Amino acid sequence: MKVEIRFAGYGGQGIILMGNIAAKAAVLYDKKNAVYTPSYGPEARGGAASSNVIIANEEIDYPYVTSIDILVAMSQLGYENNAPLLKEDGLLIIDSDLVRLKNGAGKIAKIQATRLAEQLGKRIVANIVMLGFFAAVTKVVSYEAMKKAVLETVPAKYKELNEKALEIGYKEGERWQE
Amino acid sequence: MERSEIKFWNGSIAVAEGALAAGCRFFAGYPITPASDIAEYMALRLPQEGGVFIQMEDEIASIAALIGASWGGAKAMTSTSGPGFSLMQENVGLAAITETPLVIAEVQRAGPSTGMPTLVGQGDVMQTRWGSHGDYETIVISPSSPQESFDLIIRAFNLAELYRVPVIFLTDECVAHMYERVVVPPKEEIEAVERLKPNVPPEEYMPFKPINDIAPMATAGMGYKVHVTGLTHNEKGYPMTTSPEVQEWMVRHICDKIRRNEYKMRDIEEYRMEDAEIAVVAFGIVGRSAKAAVKMARRHRIKAGLIRLKTIWPFPESYFESLADDIKKFIVAEINYGQVKLEVERSVHGKASVELLPKFGGAVHQPSEIYEKIKEVKNGN
Repeated sequence: MKVEIRFAGYGGQGIILMGNIAAKAAVLYDKKNAVYTPSYGPEARGGAASSNVIIANEEIDYPYVTSIDILVAMSQLGYENNAPLLKEDGLLIIDSDLVRLKNGAGKIAKIQATRLAEQLGKRIVANIVMLGFFAAVTKVVSYEAMKKAVLETVPAKYKELNEKALEIGYKEGERWQE
Repeated sequence: MERSEIKFWNGSIAVAEGALAAGCRFFAGYPITPASDIAEYMALRLPQEGGVFIQMEDEIASIAALIGASWGGAKAMTSTSGPGFSLMQENVGLAAITETPLVIAEVQRAGPSTGMPTLVGQGDVMQTRWGSHGDYETIVISPSSPQESFDLIIRAFNLAELYRVPVIFLTDECVAHMYERVVVPPKEEIEAVERLKPNVPPEEYMPFKPINDIAPMATAGMGYKVHVTGLTHNEKGYPMTTSPEVQEWMVRHICDKIRRNEYKMRDIEEYRMEDAEIAVVAFGIVGRSAKAAVKMARRHRIKAGLIRLKTIWPFPESYFESLADDIKKFIVAEINYGQVKLEVERSVHGKASVELLPKFGGAVHQPSEIYEKIKEVKNGN
């Protein structure tokens, strides 16, 4: 098993953190091999951001994503830039309020992650909502592992909020699967 | 293994934590992309371990502070990248001639000059060896993963202490930023080497007189009188600036203590070399692409193997020379326009062909590119 994942959006959405948490969950709590490589450049907020995760049972040699199995797009640009790299049988996950599809073909899972986060009172946890959805839909990282990784990463006073965000996303994912 | 801790670290954190585990208690540095992560982490962690972190006014002062700290008895490190390393060169020579143990973590980006600050390069291989003027030797170590960043920085400190020499830990932007599993063994299982100290009465002590290649090193506060100078000096450390004989003795000593012991510092990962006909030579981040390429080649029944250098300097000349009796085709894949390639070529003494597969900075070889080169070299006979 080897899965190549890209999280794409714009700076400020917590895209880099998504890759970090997903790979951390896989390594520390699911006991799999994973490597996480953030995009690194002079941009700050507003620019294109992406983070890459490879999760595998076997040893990972080349640590970069070459063709994408799972693309999580949280911006139009993130979708347009990366959709061509998505494998034919790959899975596209989008925040459907932020991404307008140009081509409906292939496996697609949609969630209004940012809107759900706003309903929680904090738009900033849209990335965590999305991670919950990602866990439920892909099963690449277990929910328990993802939860531990989220709680280990976020500041103490926001643990509850983030836990709730993850749960909401996860439940959306379970619903989507039915 | 059971008592080992599993961490999820990037290469920068692993370097810093490894340095602390090796006993590093002094860091002086000047910020530079992509090496500031190590400095930032050390600024947080060193005070917790009872150590000292100083942000200096520039790079030359940073390494000067390391030399002072080391003579004060501390294990000392800085982190920098190519442009900053250039600015340190004068004092790399001072560390070499004064036989001062210290470690420079050099996170390579693409050069020359300020080049591509946020993107990878491997163009500083020769600089780590020849950057300062005059004859001297350094030890240069290169990791390919966060795990090796932890394990090998400990080795870097140990070699610095053992040989009284500046050691350059030559990592790169990619290895420094990638996160992966790092297994951290329990403290008591980590071997941290301490420098040899004198045990003779102060009047008999000579700070530069080697016993089995290395002179015991007195540090401040031990009660020994020590003169430390960048001038040519004798066994007592006194300047002897008009004696070609002393110059010869001293230069031979600071070079031969490394050259003679090259085989002890040799550290090479061999993969599928048992029956290989084509050897891919790589280091750092490219070592990972090369391993994937060798696996691709093997799937297509091409007998390729990988030689990954974890110690780059002193260069394992005799290793390559004897290997060239059996292997006639070498490919050197590196993110520069030919540096390690020159050393491999020199070492095989014309017994094998050596081809360069360069990248010029800003990108890492994809496994498929190396695989294509393997095919090309195979079909070239």
